[in-house]
Amino acid sequence: MNQLHASSSNLARDFGITDDRSLALFLKTLPGVDQVGAEARAAELATRSIKKESKSWAIDMAISMVDLTTLEGADTEGKVRSLCNKAHRPDPTDPDVPHVGAVCVYNDMVGIARTHLDSIGATDIPVAAVSTAFPSGRASMEVKLRDTRDAIEAGASEIDMVIDRGAFLSGHYKSVFDEIVAIKQECGTKAHLKVILETGELVTYDNVRRASYLAMIAGADFIKTSTGKVTPAATAPVVLVMLQAVRDFFDRTGIQIGVKPAGGIRTSKDAIKQLVLVNEIAGAQWLSPAYFRIGASALLNDLLMQRFKMRDGYYASSNYVSVE
Amino acid sequence: MSENSNPFTYAPAPESRELVSIESSYDLFIDGKFVAPKSKKRFPTINPATEEVLSKISLGGKEDVDLAVKAARRAYERVWSKLPGKERGKYLYRIARLMQERAREFAVLETLDNGKPIRETRDTDIPLAIQHFFYHAGWADKLEYAGAGSHPKPHGVVGQIIPWNFPLLMLAWKVAPALATGNTVVLKPAETTSLTALLFAQLCLDAGLPAGVVNIVTGDGSTGASLVAHKGVDKFAFTGSTEVGKAINRTLAASARPVTLELGGKGANIVFEDAAIDQAIEGIVQGIFFNQGHVCCAGSRLLIQENIHDLFIEKLERRIEEIRVGDPMDKNTDLGAINSKEQLAKIIELTQSGEVEGAKAWQPDCALPSRGFWFRPTIFTNVTGAHRIAREEIFGPVLSVLTFRTPQEAIEKANNTPYGLAAGVWSEKGSRILWASRELKAGVIWANTYNKFDAASPFGGYKESGWGREGGRHGLLPYLTHSSTPRVKSGKGVRR
Repeated sequence: MNQLHASSSNLARDFGITDDRSLALFLKTLPGVDQVGAEARAAELATRSIKKESKSWAIDMAISMVDLTTLEGADTEGKVRSLCNKAHRPDPTDPDVPHVGAVCVYNDMVGIARTHLDSIGATDIPVAAVSTAFPSGRASMEVKLRDTRDAIEAGASEIDMVIDRGAFLSGHYKSVFDEIVAIKQECGTKAHLKVILETGELVTYDNVRRASYLAMIAGADFIKTSTGKVTPAATAPVVLVMLQAVRDFFDRTGIQIGVKPAGGIRTSKDAIKQLVLVNEIAGAQWLSPAYFRIGASALLNDLLMQRFKMRDGYYASSNYVSVE
Repeated sequence: MSENSNPFTYAPAPESRELVSIESSYDLFIDGKFVAPKSKKRFPTINPATEEVLSKISLGGKEDVDLAVKAARRAYERVWSKLPGKERGKYLYRIARLMQERAREFAVLETLDNGKPIRETRDTDIPLAIQHFFYHAGWADKLEYAGAGSHPKPHGVVGQIIPWNFPLLMLAWKVAPALATGNTVVLKPAETTSLTALLFAQLCLDAGLPAGVVNIVTGDGSTGASLVAHKGVDKFAFTGSTEVGKAINRTLAASARPVTLELGGKGANIVFEDAAIDQAIEGIVQGIFFNQGHVCCAGSRLLIQENIHDLFIEKLERRIEEIRVGDPMDKNTDLGAINSKEQLAKIIELTQSGEVEGAKAWQPDCALPSRGFWFRPTIFTNVTGAHRIAREEIFGPVLSVLTFRTPQEAIEKANNTPYGLAAGVWSEKGSRILWASRELKAGVIWANTYNKFDAASPFGGYKESGWGREGGRHGLLPYLTHSSTPRVKSGKGVRR
């Protein structure tokens, strides 16, 4: 028997999972996802028409859920600082606009982001770091742990880790599971753990459901769709399957796990569709930045433009929002 | 955040009523003209969601029906039977395109008159009705490949009576194949839902369809009875209740006139333990709450494998709580109004019998509008095969849940009904789906989906659910007489 990582929680045992075999068996016996049905349901919910007060409410809620992200090789300190300013005061002319959910950067930018956020009084905005050899996850465990520790020491209070998709696809669920447990242990009480499934590489909805359960049982605080480096990313049916997973997990364990779609959500319309999914699939208790985040960069400006439109009655020029 | 204080209540998003103009009263459409009824009688048609009177509809009497049948006969003999198929096809294409241009208008009018949500008329009823015209337009010049011999012939004048649950769609199911095959039509819409048929009549004029090819005689049951009894009708097609279908059949029994009947159903939706549970729940919801359950093929019996019953019902109830009941014109409404006071009374009577007989009813705690006809989505558990709610067609948003232990028992229970229109099978196991589809006695069997329609797919029932098929190649056959020799017309040579 190949026992699970020593610090895996009692949760795994509650699910009858003690070793690689019982883990594989558990994942295989999860109910399947019918592709046609899941896509039809997501398409049906996309026809919801959100207007007036509900739209205003949804736009502000979406702003507060944005993990404002920059993950470029070309990132500089200046770019990160201006991102932090934008996160804190998305619209400098209107103090009623809420701040975003978090700032999400590469590891080496965590310290810069944290220091700058603190210096502008945005101590309540967490910094999320993509670690564990993001985006491919192809590094030794030692490196992944070190990567995580670095980020936390630099001030990250949220860790967005990637799973080893190669291991998952070849059926080595235990190694994926153990990695998550180890990273979670490294996070301890200092950082929230978001587990990126990279659903575009898992391909099937059955895999998305299995990976969601695997991550939740291993100790994820959030399950996240994508790195943003692979397409397709956060498609509506994928988010739907993940929302069903967190809802069912909550029913069974009482533990409420968050969901973070990331990649491809660029317009207010897309964001509002996501909120409709949250509302009707997981339920209203997930409608909070504590349980739902949207990983995005361009989205924030579109939300602001829509907010202007709702307030003034006409579309303003894009020159009225800052490009960074 | 507490569960009960959901701040994300969707503000009303009503479709604009300005898209349609409804006249204060309507005439009959006979011989290419709108004519006042000889009966001099009119009756109101109402919006079932508000009880507001929308218009006054002509009540076609015996004399009116006679005029319509004669007009159809003249049109058949003088024009329509002489047109080659490709010319008939052009008219059908033209009608389809005009419907497409005015799709929004049809959708709004249907919702106002019928009470079904705009989302359904906009996304299902009207697009499918249009598809039926496009599909049959393509058949008009290819009928020798329909399987009715090398020289199939039309019957002549076809009498058609349609129900209120899908007014325009049922019109399309009837009129499109009749015209494509070269018949002319006298159609009687349902008493409570005539408006889209009358808009369709206007559209026939706009399309330049020769006078008398389509005649629309509105009215009530007496109008329908006159049409059925009329000796000038060569073929008859009816969609509606099994009770009326039987009466029609008695009237036609002594004559040689062929008849197609699409009647009631008590569809079984069978969920096996290995089903994709979340999608099966969607399918059950779609199967019984689509169109307020006013669907002849509704999945009104849920047969669930006993070992997943409790979990499934818990999830199903939660899903039903998300159903948005209310103003049909609101784009976010999932479940609209019950079509009429009479239908509501029937639903109430049957659900009360369910409770008296010992089944357990559950409804979500949703608010209903104060005016109009409404019924909350309802599921009955602890139902046995002997209960009325498991045997009789309720034709409303009411689901009866029964359980089974083995696949054989599921089939036995599913087939244990006088009906045989539709069934659904939910399983991730392909072999089980194929096996079940062989064993089930139903005209349509859906696997891992429900209530999916297509003009190319034949639809129809076994047993008391009816005779004949509509849609697809099979749907053409009832409108054709089988002939493998060229028809010789007195002295004028061979006509194809």
